[in-house]
Formats: sequence, structure tokens, C-alpha cells
Amino acid sequence: MELVEIGIKAGLVVIIFTISLVVAMYSTYAERKIAAFLQDRVGPNRAGPWGIFQPLADGGKMFLKEEIPTRANAFLFIVGPSLAIMTACIGSAVIPWGQKLTFGSTVIDLQVTDINVGILYIFGVVSLGVYGVMIGGWASNNKYSLLGAIRAASQNISYEISMGLSIIALLMITGTLSLREVAEGQHGFWSHGWFTWYAFKQPFGFVLFLICAFAETNRSPFDLPECETELVGGYHTEYSSMKLGFYLFAEYINMFISSAVMVTLYWGAYNYPGMDLLAAHIGTNLAVGLGVVLMFAKIFAFIFFFMWVRWTIPRFRYDQLMDLGWKGLIPLAIANIVLTGVWVTLYDKFFK
Amino acid sequence: MEPLSNKRKVLDFKPMTLAERAYLPAIVKGMAITIKHFFKKPVTIRYPEQKREFSENFRGMHSLKRDENGAERCTACGLCALSCPAEAITMIAAERQKGEEKLYREEKYAAVYEINMLRCIFCGLCEEACPKEAIYLDGDIVPSDMLRKDFIYGKDKLVEAPLNQ
Repeated sequence: MELVEIGIKAGLVVIIFTISLVVAMYSTYAERKIAAFLQDRVGPNRAGPWGIFQPLADGGKMFLKEEIPTRANAFLFIVGPSLAIMTACIGSAVIPWGQKLTFGSTVIDLQVTDINVGILYIFGVVSLGVYGVMIGGWASNNKYSLLGAIRAASQNISYEISMGLSIIALLMITGTLSLREVAEGQHGFWSHGWFTWYAFKQPFGFVLFLICAFAETNRSPFDLPECETELVGGYHTEYSSMKLGFYLFAEYINMFISSAVMVTLYWGAYNYPGMDLLAAHIGTNLAVGLGVVLMFAKIFAFIFFFMWVRWTIPRFRYDQLMDLGWKGLIPLAIANIVLTGVWVTLYDKFFK
Repeated sequence: MEPLSNKRKVLDFKPMTLAERAYLPAIVKGMAITIKHFFKKPVTIRYPEQKREFSENFRGMHSLKRDENGAERCTACGLCALSCPAEAITMIAAERQKGEEKLYREEKYAAVYEINMLRCIFCGLCEEACPKEAIYLDGDIVPSDMLRKDFIYGKDKLVEAPLNQ
């Protein structure tokens, strides 16, 4: 029994790992296609029908490219991108992808591990991600790389604060750090005269979290670490071939994971309107499967949003970035906490 | 000072309103614009398969013409090479032998006629200079290639196909 469970978990890990890699791979394709459509172009269309083999061609190109030797610290030079992609991947371990599937006596939990500090785990992993950038930038032995890495580090640290604060207001409602329980708390779509999804209970907190997620994944308009106009290429100036590929890949995996986190925390995870009704009529497993599909649909919607923003908004200036982070988002996040506290107290006192 | 015209525009630097300082309304406005473009038809012309329509007097690749009997018109006078501002044309003249009257119209013809398509600026001065109406820029776009040497087009690529064959 124990062995079966371990086997199931291992299979789940492999599946999730594969899915995040494939999603990241096709995010590069989607990014180019979406960029093209937003600019009235057609985008890559030569490799296969509509260019769908473009990511494979890109990957092959990355592997075959020359390693440009630098006077870099060889060990750290390799550790940097490896760490970046590793920390990007392990974030998916605590995300609940769906409810429990039941086959006879076997129950499959569609979550690798439900640790009771799931949100903190995500935060820890996200903070580790900056080491990949930092080490890579330092090991490159290049001023621009180092500047890019320092920018990335200070940006991530600044925005982690407001991200954490925006989460606190959410935690005051959920009362738990476990992502599974947060997801279960958003069961269905409507109950007690209001939406169950936390985005509708914490709209302000969601906007703050969204902005911080953009900053944490180094996506435009917060992509200053790789600001070409000022820093040549930022922390990956000296990187080529698959090491550069790892950095770019890590960005897309980060985008996928942070979309998944946002969906889990704010947009109802795998829950959808009428899920109980559906489970009663077509069977639990099918309803759960539909939930997983919808979760991925929401995640892809967020990834699309990330790209849509990237091809719309110009980059912030560095002082504007810090201004927004420290003088804008942190006070707003604290105000959100206070307002939420007042609201929760009043609600408990008068409306219950 | 008295304004010389009434075109002067007085700017006042009002402090930004709250909506402007919050960025988000402006960002939403911008994103509405980009999403509108998302659903527009792309303006791209997929070149090798699709081609833009050319005008009547489009100047493309050169062709060396034949006369009504199928003989080459060029007499290797060198006026095209002389007129060429990019110095793209070179040729080697040769004398027509007995029995070659079907091939070459004049007594002197171009044994070698080469145009460097990387040098050519498609100005059309060669066709204006030609006294024999032998060269016209009535072809297609010159195709791309990998090596510089492959852009030097000889008679095999330039001379019109024989009339009836």
C-alpha cells in the first residue's frame, strides 16, 4: 500500500514536471505568436503547420550553439542557470491541481504534497530564485551582468515584501496557509450571497499580488534586470547556448507557476460554478477532471495576460520601480490588511 | 512678449490627478488598444508564396532579349556597362562565326555577359542605354542566395528562353 502511494506520487511528480516543461516550451512559441498578433504580424510559421515545431527548432539551436568561453568562475557559471531552473521547477510541488480522484479503493490526490505552510514554501522557493540570477551575474565577471544581477536582487526583495503583505490580508480570510485548504475554501462559485473565489473578496489584494507577481517573474514592465538599453543583456549577457536557454526557460516556468499560484489563491483553483451538480450527475471523477482542465484554462489565461501586458506597456525606469514598490505598494498593502481586519471584525460582530 | 501668431499654445503643468498617478487606468486603456489589434487581420505578405502586386514599371531582374527569329540581340557594345552607375555589368565580346547567324543577330556578340546582382541598384539605366533593345529589367525579384559568388548572374540566367523549343 505504502509502495503504491509512493509510486503514484512519483508518477504525479513526473507528470507535473513534464507539464511545466512543455508549458514553458510552448510559452515561448505563444509569446512570439501573441506578440505577432498584437502587432498585426503572423509570427513564426515556417517550422511545421503554423510553426508549432518552432520550440523544438529553438531548443535544437540552443543545444548546438557555441559556448562562449569567458574568464568566468566555471563552477558558479554553471550553478547559476541550474539553480534558476531548479527553483522554478520545485514550486509546483505544493499546488493543488485538482480534487481527489477515486478509483475503487485507490484515492489519487492531485497534489504532490499538502504541507501546511504551502504559501510560505512558495515564497521561500521564489526567494531562492534570485540566487540563480545573482550567482550567474556575479560569476560572469562582467560589469553589466553584475549590475543586472544586483538590480534583479533588489527588485525581487523589494517586491517580495509587498507580495507577502498582500497575502496576509488573504490569510486573514482563509485562516490557513495550506494551499489545499485555500482551494477548498473557494468551493463552487457562489455561496452566502457572494462569490466564493477570493479574487472577489480581496480584489485589492489580488491587484497588488498581480503587480508583485509581474515583478517577481522579471516580466515587463518590470524586466529591468535584462534591460537591453542600459545593461546590454543584464545578468545573462555572458551566457550562450543551453545555459542561456535555462535562464529563459526558468522565466517561463516561473510565469507558469506564478499563474498557478494566482489561480489557486484568488481565482478558485480547480473550482467552477455548478461543480457539485455536475459531480452528482456525471460522476465525481469526470467532474474532478473538468476541474483540472479549467484550472489549466485559467492558468493559460493568466499566461496570456502576462504576455499581453508585456507587449503593451513600456518598461519602468529604475527609480520609478523602487518608488512604486516601496512608496506605493507597501503602504497600500498595509492599508489593505487594516481594512480587511476591520471588515472581518465587523462582519463577525454584526452579520453573522 | 507679444505673440507673433496665434499658434502659441499655453501649457500648464497641473499636478497629476489620482487616476493618472495610479497608472492602472492608463494601462487598461493601452491594453484595450493592443487587444483590438489582436483581432485584426495581419498585414504580412508571406513572401515566397504570396507576392505584392507590382506596378507596371517595376524593375526586377534583367533579361537579355532575342529578336523575332530567336537570335540574341546583344552586340556587346558595352554601353550598358558604361552607363551602369554601380559598375555591375561586365562582358567579353566575340566575333560571330559562319553558321551562327541563327544564334546572334549582329556580327559581334557577348560571349560572356555577367551582372553582379549585389552591385546592381535596379536603376534601369542599362535598358535606357541599350541601342539594340537587348536588355530589359522586366523580371521578378532577384532571389536570395547563400554565397556572394552565386549572385553574379551569367548568360545562362539572363538570356531569354529560345522562342520555339
